Formats: sequence, C-alpha cells, structure tokens
Amino acid sequence: MAIEVRVPTILRSLTGGEKAVPAEGASLGDVIENLETNHPGIKERLVDSGDLRRFINVYVNDEDVRFTGGLETTVSDGDAVVILPAVAGGEA
Amino acid sequence: MTVSECGRIGRVWVPGETPLYSRGVLTIDQAAYDAVVAHARRDHPDEACGVVAGPAGSDRPERIVPMLNAARSPTFYEFDPTDLLRLYQDMDARDEEPVVIYHSHTATEAYPSRTDISLAQEPGAHYVLVSTRECGNDEGPVEFRSFRIVEGEVTEEEVRVVPAYGASKPQPMEQQ
Repeated sequence: MAIEVRVPTILRSLTGGEKAVPAEGASLGDVIENLETNHPGIKERLVDSGDLRRFINVYVNDEDVRFTGGLETTVSDGDAVVILPAVAGGEA
Repeated sequence: MTVSECGRIGRVWVPGETPLYSRGVLTIDQAAYDAVVAHARRDHPDEACGVVAGPAGSDRPERIVPMLNAARSPTFYEFDPTDLLRLYQDMDARDEEPVVIYHSHTATEAYPSRTDISLAQEPGAHYVLVSTRECGNDEGPVEFRSFRIVEGEVTEEEVRVVPAYGASKPQPMEQQ
C-alpha cells in the first residue's frame, strides 16, 4: 500500500491530469522526492530553499504539516497527503 | 449588445480598454451577487473573501461560501488553511468546483493587484473583485468586476447578473 497524494488542478499538468497519485516515503520530504522522480517539475512548485513554499498548503491525514514538522512530518503506508495552493491576495 | 440584453453589468466599457465583451462572461444569479456584495460591505474595512461553488463543469456559481480572512487585514486576504481543506473536501464530496473566487478591495479599485495576480492558482475560476472604497459598511455604490487570471495574465470579462439560472441558456465553458 502506498501513500495517496491529492494534486490540485494547477499541478495536474505534471501528473498527466491525475487528481491523485501514489507515492512512497517515510517523511513528507521523501514523498516529494518520490513525486519528483515520477512527475518531474513538481518539487520546485512545492519547495523553495529546503522548505515548503509559503503559499502551498500540505496536509497529512487532514493535519496542516506546518504544525507537525513541515517536510519532516512522518508518513506511512495508507496515509493521505493533500496539496492545496493557498487562496490569497489583496491590494497590498 | 445592449445593457438590457445582457442584464446588469459590472461597469461601463471605456474606449481604449480591452472591450469587455470580447472574451469570457461571468453569469451569476442575483442572490449570489447580493450575498457577495453583502459580505464585502460587512467586513469592510478588512478584505472579505470566499468562493461561490457550483457543479463541476457547469460554470454556474450556486453555493456561496464566505470564508474567514485569516489575515484580518485591510490590504491582504488568505483563506484559513484548515478551512481551506474543509472547503475543498466539501466541494469534492458534492462534485463541485470553485466557480467564483471573490475578495474585496477596501481602498482601491476592483482590479487584481500584483499580489492577486502572483498568487492566483485556480486557472479555471472567475476571480471576482468587489471594491467597497466608496460605500464602506453602508449601502452605496460598489464595483463588482470579474477576471480570469491564468499564468499571470489578467483578462476582464463581462458580468451578467440574472434573476435565476433556469431561464437562461448555460454559458459555454471556457476552462475545460
């Protein structure tokens, strides 16, 4: 059993249109490396200078990883990872 | 096309601008339009934000979901990350998508800022901007404008407010 990663619309051009793809790894960082192997270009959209991008939200089993260790968040088979770009903006 | 044929429009086209009617159109019913405007007035002077969800592929904004502006700021908005997850899970369960993503500008015009453009990540959505700079919390004029924002490119579209969706023909989809 793998980890299921749900991919937002804007990144589906990198996953052949798939809404969800399987991945493997022991941490979120590993999962993203594994995604990059199968879907080149995706890592750069998620990670900048070794940390999650400010306007990308990632959840492991519905928990925002900002509160669970970021890229070091542990994951295991059967976990669900959701990637959602922030909905943000403003006149500033 | 005359104003009476297309319903109420967000603003009047000014010569020299890209014609409003040359590209897309946002068709929104009066109830959803009123709810978006009411939310913007209520939250002024902070920016209000939310979505109007609709059945996937329908291009019909039906269910307004006002969101908390986690930034609680007059110059910035961001959906609370936990609420954002719940929103997308809810839309998935209902087979919906965010047809409209709206927010207000409280001191400037209803046009996407550089921040709005750089952070826009839903190429299929109509980005609606409401300006409350004139009306504040009260009744009074608001600007209500709609845009596509795709890879940094902004395209304004006509806003058509209809009494209800049943009467009019479905609009052709642009984002599929």
